[in-house]
Amino acid sequence: MSRISKDEVKHVANLARLAITEDEADTFTKQLDDIITYAEQLNELDTEGVAPTTHVLDLKNVLRKDEPKEWLNKEDVLNNAPEHKDGQFKVPSVLE
Amino acid sequence: MSLFDYTLRELQEKLHNQEIRVTDLVDESYKRIEEVDGQVKAFLTLNEEAARAQAAELDQQRGDSSAKLFGLPIGVKDNIVTKGLRTTAGSQILSNFNDPLYDATVVNKLNDAKSITIGKLNMDEFAMGSSNENSSYDAVRNPWNTDYVPGGSSGGSAAAVAAGEVPYSLGSDTGGSIRQPAAYCGVVGLKPTYGRVSRFGLVAFASSLDQIGPITRNVEDNAFLLETIAGHDNMDSTSANVEVPNYSEALTGDVKGLKIAVPKEYLSEGVSSEVKEAVQAALQKYEELGATWEEVSLPHSKYALSTYYLIASSEASANLARFDGVRYGKRAEDAETMLDMFKRSRAEGFGDEVKRRIMLGTFALSSGYYDAYYKKAQQVRTLIKNDFEKVFADYDVIIGPTTPTPAFKIGDKVDDPMTMYANDILTIPVNLAGVPGISIPCGFSSNGLPIGLQIIGNHFDESSVYRTAHAFEQATEFHKQRPSLGGARS
Repeated sequence: MSRISKDEVKHVANLARLAITEDEADTFTKQLDDIITYAEQLNELDTEGVAPTTHVLDLKNVLRKDEPKEWLNKEDVLNNAPEHKDGQFKVPSVLE
Repeated sequence: MSLFDYTLRELQEKLHNQEIRVTDLVDESYKRIEEVDGQVKAFLTLNEEAARAQAAELDQQRGDSSAKLFGLPIGVKDNIVTKGLRTTAGSQILSNFNDPLYDATVVNKLNDAKSITIGKLNMDEFAMGSSNENSSYDAVRNPWNTDYVPGGSSGGSAAAVAAGEVPYSLGSDTGGSIRQPAAYCGVVGLKPTYGRVSRFGLVAFASSLDQIGPITRNVEDNAFLLETIAGHDNMDSTSANVEVPNYSEALTGDVKGLKIAVPKEYLSEGVSSEVKEAVQAALQKYEELGATWEEVSLPHSKYALSTYYLIASSEASANLARFDGVRYGKRAEDAETMLDMFKRSRAEGFGDEVKRRIMLGTFALSSGYYDAYYKKAQQVRTLIKNDFEKVFADYDVIIGPTTPTPAFKIGDKVDDPMTMYANDILTIPVNLAGVPGISIPCGFSSNGLPIGLQIIGNHFDESSVYRTAHAFEQATEFHKQRPSLGGARS
C-alpha cells in the first residue's frame, strides 16, 4: 500500500508553497513513498511513555532584557529586497 | 612544499620572526586557487581585493601580531553569513544575495582574531547532501581523484584544505557534513557539541542539529581554531553558557589508561572491509599507546537514519519558509498574485533535493501525521541519546569509522536518495545525541582514497576527543600525505 498519494503530494506542495509540475508530482510521490515506508521501521519500537527530545541540552526558556538597540539600517534592508516602495517591501496583489 | 604544510602556530612564528609576510600567505592562497580550483571547484566567491588590502594593512602593523589568528587565510562555507560578501548557501534562490548586512558570530570572532577571509566555499544546496552534487553551482571534486566526490555538504571546505588552497576552513555539520567530507578528503574535521559554537548567522537547515566547526590539516590546528570560534553568544539562545577550555592543552600525546568503546553496530555489514581493517589497525595503535578498548552496543543505531530524515526535514521545512521572494534573494518574474509569486519563486529557486526535504518535512508536520512521524522520531531520538549516555558512563571516547566506504564516483548515487542518505549512517547518531565528533585520516583504500576514523566524546568533552585524535596523529603519518593534484607538489 502506498503511504502517500499523488493528490496528497500536491496538497503538501501547496502547504509548502512550492509550484510543482505533473511530472514532479509523480516523481515526488514515488520518492516520498520510499522514504516514508523506510521511516516506518520506527514503528518496530515501543515508545510508550518515552519523552520526545526537542533539544539535546537541558535548556529552559532563555530570557534577556527587552531593550532597544541599534541593528540594521532600514534603507540597507530595503535595498536587498526584489522590490520596495515608500519604505516598505512591495509584493504582487495579495487578494486573488 | 607549500607554506600551508606548516601548522598555524608555525606560520605565526614565521610571521612574528618576519621570515614571511601576511601578503605571502594570501598570495599563496590565491596562486594555488588559480592553479587548481578550475579542477576542484571549491570556491564560489573570492574576496581577493579586500583580502589583499587587509594583508597589506596587517603587514604594516606587524609589531602587534598578538591576535589569535593574525594574518592566517581562511575559507568559509557559503552558508555562513559574511557582511558585504555574497552568501548563497549553494542555492540559486540566494544567487543575487551579494550584500548581506551582518557577519555571523563566528565571522566576527575570526575578524577579531585578525584572520583573513579568502572566499566562500561551495556546498550542497542549504547543506542538504552527502556528495556536493546538490550544489546548484558546480559539483566540487575530490582533490585525491577528481572523478570522485569530496563528500558533503561541506565538500568545498574539505576539498579546499586538502588541495592546499587555504590552510583551514569552517564548515557546518547537521548529519555528518563536516566529518564525512573530511574523511573523503583526508583532512581533520570536528563537529563540536551542540551549543558549543554560536549558530547566529548560519543559514538554518535543522536548528536542533546544526553546528559550525573547523576543518584543518591536523588536530593541533583544529583545536586552535575551535578555541577561537567557541563560546556563549547572546545572539543564539541555544548556545551553551559553559566555559571553553584551552583545547591546545589537551594535546598531551598521552592516552595511557584511556577507555575506548567500539560500537559493534559501527563495524557491521555495510562497512567495507578496507574501512574495517583501517579502523582495526587504529585500535591496535591505541593499544600500543597504552589505551584499552572494548566492544559495546548502541542498540538504536539502525533507527538513526529514519529519525534524522524526519526531524531534519521537518525543521528544514519550517526554516526554509523564509525564502519567499519578499525581503532578499530571487523572486520569480511577472507573478500576478502574492501566492503565485511565493510558489514560483521557490520552485525556480530550490533544487530537487531541497524540494524533496521540504515536502517530506511538511508532510511529517501536517495535520494527522504529526504524532505518527515527527513526534515518534523525537521519541526515538531520546532512545538514541540514551544509548550514548550509557556508554559514556563507562568510557572516555567512542571510536569507529566516519563513513562505511571511501569516496564514491561522481554520478554513482544521484538517482537514488536512499542510497545517498546511507552514507551518513555513522555520523548522524552523533548529531541526534548532540555530542562532539571528529574525523581524522587513518588510512587509504587500494585506489588511493583517504579513510576517516571517527572519535566521539561526551557532551562538552571536545578535550578528550582532541587528545585521542592527536595521540594517533603523532604516532602515524596519514595526515602528512597530500594529493598530487596540479602536478608539481607532493
